[in-house]
Amino acid sequence: MAYLDHAATTPMLDEALESYVATAREVGNASSLHASGRRARRRVEESRERVAAALGARPSEVIFTGGGTESDNLAVKGIFWARRAADTGRRRVISSAVEHHAVLDAVGWLDRHEGAEVGWLPVDGAGRLHPDALRTELAEHGDQAALVTAMWANNEVGTVQRISELAAVAAEYGVPFHTDAIQAVGQVPVDFAASGVAALTVTGHKLGGPVGVGALLLGRDVPAVPLLHGGGQERDVRSGTLDAAGIVAFAVAVETTVKGQQEYAAGLAALRDDLVRRVRQAVPEVVFNGDPTDRLPGNAHFSFPGCEGDALLLLLDAQGIACSTGSACSAGVAQPSHVLLAMGADDDRARSSLRFSLGHTSTTADVDALIAALPGAVERARRAAAPRTPR
Amino acid sequence: MRVLAAMSGGVDSAVAAARAVQAGHDVTGVHLALARNPQTYRTGARGCCTLEDSRDARRAADVLGIPFYVWDMADRFHADVVDDFVAEYAAGRTPNPCLRCNEKIKFAAVLDRAVALGFDAVVTGHHARLGPDGLLRRSVDAAKDQSYVLAVLTREQLDRSIFPLGDSTKAQVRQEAAERGLAVADKPDSHDICFIADGDTRGFLAQRLGETPGDVVDASTGAVVGQHAGAYAYTVGQRRGLHLDRPAPDGRPRYVLSITPKTNTVTVGPAEALEVATVRATRPVWTGGPRPDGPFECEVQLRAHGVVVPATVTVAGDTLHADLRHPVRGVAAGQAIVAYHPDPAGDIVLASATITD
Repeated sequence: MAYLDHAATTPMLDEALESYVATAREVGNASSLHASGRRARRRVEESRERVAAALGARPSEVIFTGGGTESDNLAVKGIFWARRAADTGRRRVISSAVEHHAVLDAVGWLDRHEGAEVGWLPVDGAGRLHPDALRTELAEHGDQAALVTAMWANNEVGTVQRISELAAVAAEYGVPFHTDAIQAVGQVPVDFAASGVAALTVTGHKLGGPVGVGALLLGRDVPAVPLLHGGGQERDVRSGTLDAAGIVAFAVAVETTVKGQQEYAAGLAALRDDLVRRVRQAVPEVVFNGDPTDRLPGNAHFSFPGCEGDALLLLLDAQGIACSTGSACSAGVAQPSHVLLAMGADDDRARSSLRFSLGHTSTTADVDALIAALPGAVERARRAAAPRTPR
Repeated sequence: MRVLAAMSGGVDSAVAAARAVQAGHDVTGVHLALARNPQTYRTGARGCCTLEDSRDARRAADVLGIPFYVWDMADRFHADVVDDFVAEYAAGRTPNPCLRCNEKIKFAAVLDRAVALGFDAVVTGHHARLGPDGLLRRSVDAAKDQSYVLAVLTREQLDRSIFPLGDSTKAQVRQEAAERGLAVADKPDSHDICFIADGDTRGFLAQRLGETPGDVVDASTGAVVGQHAGAYAYTVGQRRGLHLDRPAPDGRPRYVLSITPKTNTVTVGPAEALEVATVRATRPVWTGGPRPDGPFECEVQLRAHGVVVPATVTVAGDTLHADLRHPVRGVAAGQAIVAYHPDPAGDIVLASATITD
């Protein structure tokens, strides 16, 4: 079994798992006033401080959530609503064409149901956003802009954006900038304060923490309307009983991965480069997608001309190799990746893509297994690629 | 063998996949996404193509511990089945879309892809027997027998097909599903046409073909006895919905005898005029062996779940001619004639062809 899908989810770190189990054994609602409640509260607040310290934020800027999708929705919708409430003219959301669906669909929903206007920023062939495009957009629409949202690193093709440059442009126009840093944290240096962003999404299960817990780092001066109403546990921006065990494990995972990021990324990039080199050797006609240098160290993304990604996935899966077509599913039906389409790929190339993502348990043996299986799978997938019926 | 189990989300295909696993095959489950927009197809209990059906199929695959994927066949299905369905009605014929789906999708597009990907065969939950002798036979459950809609398959297609349910009744299949812990054990059977969500075939056709008013003519007098909004909406043998202006001279009910697209005419007549004693058909498929040299005796079935009648069949070129031992009513062009050889171990499918007149 070669697990090459760490960008989907990665195994929990031992220390995160142990801290989870230890905390989950304790009773206590962090909002209760008695001793058990105080103990839970202490665990949560210590975790908040650890997450803040690891990511260059103040503890008060850490809002724990139920994960990345919630954080993205809270940032996009919450900041939009707050900005529009303060100034009804501010209803423009500026985003990129390569966002994760948690941002893309939240923006689309605001467009359809909340009267938002959307400015989509283009990317180049490597999936890069250009600060000039944002400047042009803001020069024209800056006074209508509610927020800018652009991901730190792309989950499919791995391209890392120049986030602080983009955030600086937004700051010139006084527009809050949100970034989905789910894939970035632990793989590349992420510092909330230094980046100049107003809001940042991070989640646990992509960096060795549990699924279902994450955070939105939200600047103190950035108002956001809540999605979830109730007890107001998190700065009145997010309600719901705090998941002390999940939060503790999340904090341990963030702290551990950020502390070891530099060394980890170097080792991961070396293994990834080896994978890329050997895939190119085994299948010379592959197209390597994304930015060749500014990319996540664990990400390798290819198009296999003449193949369908889902056929390749089936064939590799049958040989114990887990990877991803990286595209969204509707009813389990693979759609061509919006990311690749935005990068200028045609439908066939978009459908022929596979993502291999490495993580903290990856070894050379995983790459060996992939290289052993890949040429045969590509050959078969090519034969299976049905000639398109003319109509 | 490495086999691909087509899993609709219903009880039959789930048990068929389970039996393939039990037989020792390396089984992979595949659900076919046939709808361009799943919301427009029959939901849940009545269909096979919705999101809910896809989830039911995936859940069954998980219980069986087999890999599961969804294959997008919507474009092929639309071109080969839905468009064909509309075109056949427009030409005055009565198509059988399930048969066409077997011929063009399940045992063609899906089978081809499966073979290319290294699978040896496709497993489905059809109720029909296909034993080591390679002969396609009726299911032991006469009420559920689906050999009629499989008879269109060629020798090559059947050689790569596995029907694990032919020796079981539907009741046994349901019981087995329950014993295996498959949640679809009680899921109602699918009926009618999956891509016509509300069951209104006439409305579906009218939407695609538009209204084309024309005359309804009585065969016995030649008189125009009514108007219709489109001849395509009628099927030979149909009695209801004729909206005739006046009762027939003999006072007896009228049935659709024929549809003539060229003149956009629907011809009606009394019941006995529906009776035919000879049937001609085209494009025969010799499922049960080589094409016979001379006339042969058999039993023929002229529509799904229709009556079976003894006949003598003669072959000339691409045409098949059946002399029926006694006349039958409601034979419609576009349907299949399937010839069976009666056999105590399950009637054997000899051939299938498309009825022309």
